[in-house]
Amino acid sequence: MPALEFRGVTKRFGSLTANDAVSLVIEPGEVLALLGENGAGKTTLMNILFGHYQADQGEILVDGKPLAPGSTQAAINAGVGMVHQHFTLAANLTVLENIMLGTEGLWSWRQNTKAARDKIAAMARDYGLQVDPDALVGDISVGERQRVEILKALYRDARILILDEPTAVLTPQEADSLFATLKSLTEKGLAVIFISHKLHEILAVSDRVAVLRRGAMVGSVVTKDADKAQLAEMMVGRTVTRPKPEPMQAGKAILEISRLTTSGDSAAALADVSLTVHAHEIIGIAGVSGNGQQALADVLCGLASGFSGTVQLHGAPLPAGRPRAIVNAGVGRIPEDRHARGVVGDMEIWENLISEDLRSDAVSRWGIVDRGRATARAEKQIAEFDVRCEGPDAETKLLSGGNMQKLILARALSREPSFILANQPVRGLDEGAIAYVQERLLEARARGAGILLISEDLDELMALSDRIAVLSHGRLSEALPSEARSIAEIGLMMAGQDGGEKAA
Amino acid sequence: MSDIFEILLTAGFWAATIRIVSPLIFGTLGELICERAGVLNLGIEGIMTVGAMSGWMWVYQGGGLWGGVLFAACLGALFGLLHAGFTVHLGLSQHVTGIGITLFASALSYFVSRMLLPSATTPPKIEPFQELPIPVLSDLPIIGEALFSQSPLTYLAILAVPVTWYVLYRTPLGLAVRMAGENPVAVEAQGINVLAVRTGAVAVGSALMAIGGAFITMSWFDAFYFGMINGRGWICVALVIFASWRPGKALVGALLFAGLEALQVRAQQSAGAFIPYQFFLALPYVMSILAMVVMARKAKYPHALLVPFRRGERV
Amino acid sequence: MIIIEPRASVSLFRAAMAPVWAVAAALVLCSVLIMWTGTSVPTAYVLLFKGAFGSSFAINETLTRSIPLIFTGLAVAVAFRAKFYNIGAEGQLYAGALAATFFGTGLITLPAVLMIPLLMLVGAIAGGLLLIIPVLLKTRLKVDEVVTTLLLNFVVLLVVSYLLEGPWKDPMSLGWPQAASIVDEGVLPALLAKGRLHFGLIIAVLMAVAMWAIMRFTVLGYEIRAVGFNAGAAEFSGIRVNRTVIITALISGGLAGMAGVSETAGLKGYLTLDLSPGFGYTGIAVAMLAQLSPLGVIPAAIFLSAVYVGADAMSRAVNIPSYIADVLVGVSVLAVLVSVMFSQFLVRWRS
Repeated sequence: MPALEFRGVTKRFGSLTANDAVSLVIEPGEVLALLGENGAGKTTLMNILFGHYQADQGEILVDGKPLAPGSTQAAINAGVGMVHQHFTLAANLTVLENIMLGTEGLWSWRQNTKAARDKIAAMARDYGLQVDPDALVGDISVGERQRVEILKALYRDARILILDEPTAVLTPQEADSLFATLKSLTEKGLAVIFISHKLHEILAVSDRVAVLRRGAMVGSVVTKDADKAQLAEMMVGRTVTRPKPEPMQAGKAILEISRLTTSGDSAAALADVSLTVHAHEIIGIAGVSGNGQQALADVLCGLASGFSGTVQLHGAPLPAGRPRAIVNAGVGRIPEDRHARGVVGDMEIWENLISEDLRSDAVSRWGIVDRGRATARAEKQIAEFDVRCEGPDAETKLLSGGNMQKLILARALSREPSFILANQPVRGLDEGAIAYVQERLLEARARGAGILLISEDLDELMALSDRIAVLSHGRLSEALPSEARSIAEIGLMMAGQDGGEKAA
Repeated sequence: MSDIFEILLTAGFWAATIRIVSPLIFGTLGELICERAGVLNLGIEGIMTVGAMSGWMWVYQGGGLWGGVLFAACLGALFGLLHAGFTVHLGLSQHVTGIGITLFASALSYFVSRMLLPSATTPPKIEPFQELPIPVLSDLPIIGEALFSQSPLTYLAILAVPVTWYVLYRTPLGLAVRMAGENPVAVEAQGINVLAVRTGAVAVGSALMAIGGAFITMSWFDAFYFGMINGRGWICVALVIFASWRPGKALVGALLFAGLEALQVRAQQSAGAFIPYQFFLALPYVMSILAMVVMARKAKYPHALLVPFRRGERV
Repeated sequence: MIIIEPRASVSLFRAAMAPVWAVAAALVLCSVLIMWTGTSVPTAYVLLFKGAFGSSFAINETLTRSIPLIFTGLAVAVAFRAKFYNIGAEGQLYAGALAATFFGTGLITLPAVLMIPLLMLVGAIAGGLLLIIPVLLKTRLKVDEVVTTLLLNFVVLLVVSYLLEGPWKDPMSLGWPQAASIVDEGVLPALLAKGRLHFGLIIAVLMAVAMWAIMRFTVLGYEIRAVGFNAGAAEFSGIRVNRTVIITALISGGLAGMAGVSETAGLKGYLTLDLSPGFGYTGIAVAMLAQLSPLGVIPAAIFLSAVYVGADAMSRAVNIPSYIADVLVGVSVLAVLVSVMFSQFLVRWRS
């Protein structure tokens, strides 16, 4: 009997069909990879399984028994456990409290912490998932947090474990250790669903691959018979062609960072970072998020001014802490979080397109916004960057993720900046938008811009970067040509085991 | 200075402190429970007014004292449910809803009291809670009179502190409440209904606020009149911040506050000749602001305070 | 379970109808209270309407009472736009009144064309300055401004009480705690031969138009809206968020301060402790009904003023406590929250 079965699950949001008659079977002891682009409907499907949404049609069976729709509790009780991409943990509470939440009757007058500790200790032994139950979740590493998430599921006797993009926050070595854990879980008879869009991981870890495209199940293949190209084509529906950089001779130095050190939270603060970005060059910054990427981006974007060391643009000091002056000095900025930093969703598209030079003569005079000129410019940018919208007056929050990112590109790149900070520029985008963003970055490189690309996706970094440096615990390694490094080597450096050498 | 020490040694001062602190404890604990679940409840001022009016009115209409307290608590919970309906279920602005609840609840209280007492020129009085001396302990000098010869509602207030602490920190329900204020998605992922937890916390917290209001009319002034809550609810909101959202510290903060207020009432009597009384009356409000300023840097507020939760979002 | 989904587009009509629905809902809910009083609901509302608009005297009175509400409504609307929750318009109103009294009762005497702007200016400055403490506490220490502005209301009122009973007490007032009268040059002239309507209305409407223009056409207005909608994105684009919040607060406090000047120098002629029956708090309802639009503040203020004036008349005629007006204001704030939400989202119920 299959451990879990989806039968013709359909979910619509207005005119969008997120899941179109999806059927899928998972056997006990098997790792099933669920592959699909961003927006293919993987997360929606899992949300339906977990009761966060209700399917419009179809049903879900666990161990042959239908699962009550719309109830998280029912899914948990049936033995389904989920490790979400964004951890569902409270940083201010202890590991023990996070694991115990919801495991006892809410109206019980006391908690049985003794029994809980014993059970956690036993599980830690059996599966090699060591954690300190009394540590605050906010104080432990990302890898440990993921362990807590898995323990949470196992603590509730999960027999079907779902992991949503579990390696996004891990170093390659941590990912390997996670794969080992999954192996030992399936040996004990658990069924594992592994959601990802990274092909090499899927090939490494799964027994079978099911592919979702635009909400529909394209098919499923046995992993050992599959190869990357085939899976990629199944996922995207056509041959995937991501842009490839032309070989190019690096030009003069554009951005020079020397001994940059920021204050604050130890792991996330920069310690003595030095780096030079040249014209015609993309430098990739690899690393697990939370190791100083934010601090580096904040300094270069003008959001932080409290640092020591020097940052020079074309030989002149970067105007620290002044975003507009930095933009005027020729920096194009693509922020990590489109919604929180990139755009004001409640304002119109033309308004978001002028936000960086609001007080310049181009769009305002004597403190009055020149709407005519701003709209005319916006129309040009919308056309040039292929932002699909009803026009410059449309509300920005109605744009799709890809179009929102194009809007941000339009704002940042249409001034032809000589230095570009691209922080996770393709996160959450579909293949078409990813290719578009990467092409635009490569165009800028060809034009002579220097680009700093911060990403958690090593494949992306390897494909685009001329040189790669690794950020770990706030320290930046020397930037070496990307072909000179292996993924394993970079992984070790991400874990901080080999970050010794630094650029002079 | 010696005057102040003399005041500190009188049983009357301590008795007054304990009386002043009682409604503050109820209100602060009530607000604390709401905020621990992630919901700022600025309806507190109005809900205390409702409690003050309804508890008193219950007794004035011939009901029993404890029945009045229960009635006040139920009405408080009802307004809490209204607040939760808006902020938790519909995800509307907690700030604006709270202010709206305060405006509505206070106005309704005055309307109802005017309806039921159309012709009263001076507010009538009720027979309030009597002091309930605890045998033996109440015979102790000074603290006997101050601590152990109080209204039963005062004992209830003081008892509510450890009870709140225990429930929040030692029971599965309390864990769910705290988690709802830290990361509601985590609560939902564990199969607990976040909306229900938050709604329940706001209802219980609001009931406590209403009891705090009822204390003022049923165990202190014995009458209900216009403007009698007089900002006490806002002071409680400040005290929650001062207490870093911890019940024990809330008690300490409330005591400190009540002590200073009792002191100023007495200082007013001796110094009233050369310091205007308005200065003393303004002290509690100024102190509340100062209390927030002092604690502002250290405040470890619940991460999900003010953040509405919608099912299926960001999961 | 409640399902909330954003509407694909919100028509202007739907948006404009939201406060109308809210008001209708509030009137229906309040009719429950009216039924309790024994008066028939239509009779009560007809009385209320007549009391507010039934005669030229009533209209005059309604417009007069709407003046401070336009000012405080604007004060709240501009602050809420930037998500700065200024609940202290009541205190700022009194601060403005104190400034008008300080400068306008003989300290300075100028011709009216200069005197009136001067009083308005000092009142606005006083109201703005009162907000300096809460806004700095918010921007520097992240102290919640709602509580500080609320608490300051009580403090300011006690300061007024002290001054009126002590140093500023008018010796001619026969023991009443009131300040000396504003000099003739500072008094806002009456607009009509009869009634109390004064020049404050013109100033209030001008301020509403000015605020509308600022919010819609200027860089400052852009910045205030951006900060209110998404402070993180505003900061990223180079808008100085704290500076914008401080400027917004000064404008907000200034507008509330002008309400105090207008009441002191326009309506009463001197400062008393009961200058405002809660105009600052009602301003919140005005701003919410106006959906924070400066021009919307004018009809919203006239409507709520009509409710108060009409309720006074109604309670004199039949046995309905005039607190019904306050109830209606409170319910309107809550109802408009819901109706605006319904205009922007599809709310469905599913079991």
